[in-house]
Amino acid sequence: MARDEEGHVSGRLLEVKGLSKHFPIKSGLLIDREVESVRAVDGVDFAISSGETLGLVGESGCGKSTLCRAVLQLIKPTAGSVLFEGHEIVGLGDRQMQPLRREMQMVFQNPQASLNPRKRVGEIVGSPLKLHGLASGSELKPKVQELLDRVGLSPEHYNRYPHEFSGGQQQRIGIARALATRPKLIFADEPVSKLDVSIQAQIVNLLVDLQKDLGLAYVFVAHDIGIVRHISQRIAVMKDGKIVEEGAADRICEQPRDPYTQQLLSAVPIPDPRENRTRRAAAARE
Amino acid sequence: MSEAGRVPTLLEVHDLEVSFNTEDGVVRAVDGVGLELKSDEVLAVVGESGSGKSVTALTMMGLTRGPNASISGTAHFEGTELIGASDEELRRVRGNRMSMIFQDPMSSLNPVYRVGAQIVEQIRAHRDVSATEARQRAVELLDAVGIPDPGIRVDAYPHELSGGMRQRAMIAMALSLDPSLLIADEPTTALDVTIQAQLIELLRKLNEERDLSIVLITHDIGVVAEIADRVAVMYAGRIVEQGTLDEVFYDPQHPYTWGLLGSLTRIDRPRPDRLPQIPGMPPSLLEPPVGCHFRPRCPHAFDRCQSVPDLNTRLPEAPAHFDRCFLSPEQKRERREVGDGT
Repeated sequence: MARDEEGHVSGRLLEVKGLSKHFPIKSGLLIDREVESVRAVDGVDFAISSGETLGLVGESGCGKSTLCRAVLQLIKPTAGSVLFEGHEIVGLGDRQMQPLRREMQMVFQNPQASLNPRKRVGEIVGSPLKLHGLASGSELKPKVQELLDRVGLSPEHYNRYPHEFSGGQQQRIGIARALATRPKLIFADEPVSKLDVSIQAQIVNLLVDLQKDLGLAYVFVAHDIGIVRHISQRIAVMKDGKIVEEGAADRICEQPRDPYTQQLLSAVPIPDPRENRTRRAAAARE
Repeated sequence: MSEAGRVPTLLEVHDLEVSFNTEDGVVRAVDGVGLELKSDEVLAVVGESGSGKSVTALTMMGLTRGPNASISGTAHFEGTELIGASDEELRRVRGNRMSMIFQDPMSSLNPVYRVGAQIVEQIRAHRDVSATEARQRAVELLDAVGIPDPGIRVDAYPHELSGGMRQRAMIAMALSLDPSLLIADEPTTALDVTIQAQLIELLRKLNEERDLSIVLITHDIGVVAEIADRVAVMYAGRIVEQGTLDEVFYDPQHPYTWGLLGSLTRIDRPRPDRLPQIPGMPPSLLEPPVGCHFRPRCPHAFDRCQSVPDLNTRLPEAPAHFDRCFLSPEQKRERREVGDGT
């Protein structure tokens, strides 16, 4: 793949331009007038190519999750354009969006809350296949079992309920469901932040393997910059609804240019006591 | 080590065992934990969810007592035996000599009372001071923990403060009676990384300036490296390794500690191709594995691991470094891929 200096690849899968989502603040006695608005996402541009991972970092409330939802048209953007494989998807109706939902899937932060507790794993992972007419009847079960195998679960888990699984396994179920429609792009919104450290690495490695095998593109949203840097080719840093800096993952971490990125990185604890003592001693001298 | 002998021990926990009767059977949450905390020390207790780190702390505060809990062992704090202490005795110690802060400051503060009023209530429950004096003290405390405009914020409701400010208010309340021990249970987990850095700095300052001893319970090794003097690593109800910060980071003895240190991502180092992972998942404490609890996930397990290794010193050069692993120090040095100043 040809890359320029900032790690961009030519030939875009998704191109987002000037995307905004403003939530109105209304006030008034009889008639609600919009007095102000919260600019949750405010003129965001980014692009992503096939097989690539864009990391999205920022503190809580910076608009990361709203951005994902606005791109996927799960909430209606206030302004801007989203091109998927060159086609505008902002303003499309539900029916027109339906075939595109196949191509773009999402994995959520809290696996427990994003799996229906009353449905068996087979139904959860199989329903996108049925919805999109990709499999039915007797083809369904083997396809679902193949997906379970793919994410490191066993085919025997088909008839189990979500509560019978640990957090890491539940996240694997969420990933299997997202993979079911063979998407080209997956939005992963804090997919490991609720998991234990030893399990986080397993899920991150699974996502990397799936990307290699299936050529998936990821938008990987997280507040843990270490993990984002590990999985992403490029990183975009968000603050107050805007992207303040974007660039190759290593460049952002090694030579951040924006003052906010610098502040964010310097706050990341370094798991190295000697290094910390050196940093503290240097700070004390200043 | 002769120097360490002179520093008085503030807290001494021996053979602490806590189990809970549940519908599914008996959960052995804490299985023979021993800890020692010297004055002015920061001890980090590290472990994953379900490792028993919080239950250990809650038990010291007398907060796990209940009809379904059975607790044994001893926990000595400033001459008081906490396990089995009467409610009356516990009330004298709790909030006064030792206090605790929790992960979620919103659910630890009462939403319908002003922050100042909650601090005043705690002060006046223990000390015979006037409301005005207590309020003055509350303002000073809020100032000491870095809350801007403490004279105004003292009258704020919890929801009017940000997450970081609420945690500062919780710390102010915990410090209101000048305790010698603060137990902080995941105090920064719910906070953003920039706020986390400020709070760690605050805890360090309190430790240095007020001689406050801290037991920090966390799953975040990065936070541990920033503040701890000593570290206890817990896994499935047991301490598997304990030592000074540098011993545990640069000469880790237990394979679980290797796994934890290995799976960290570092933004100041080139990234590895693959994130080292610990295979499998933590065991259920309803039916823990026989012998070493880490055995089913340990790539170095051998037949001896069917019995439980003692928490022993195994290194002649480091008499305060304990671990629970049968491998010889030479085998450990050969097999681990972390430590040694890397």
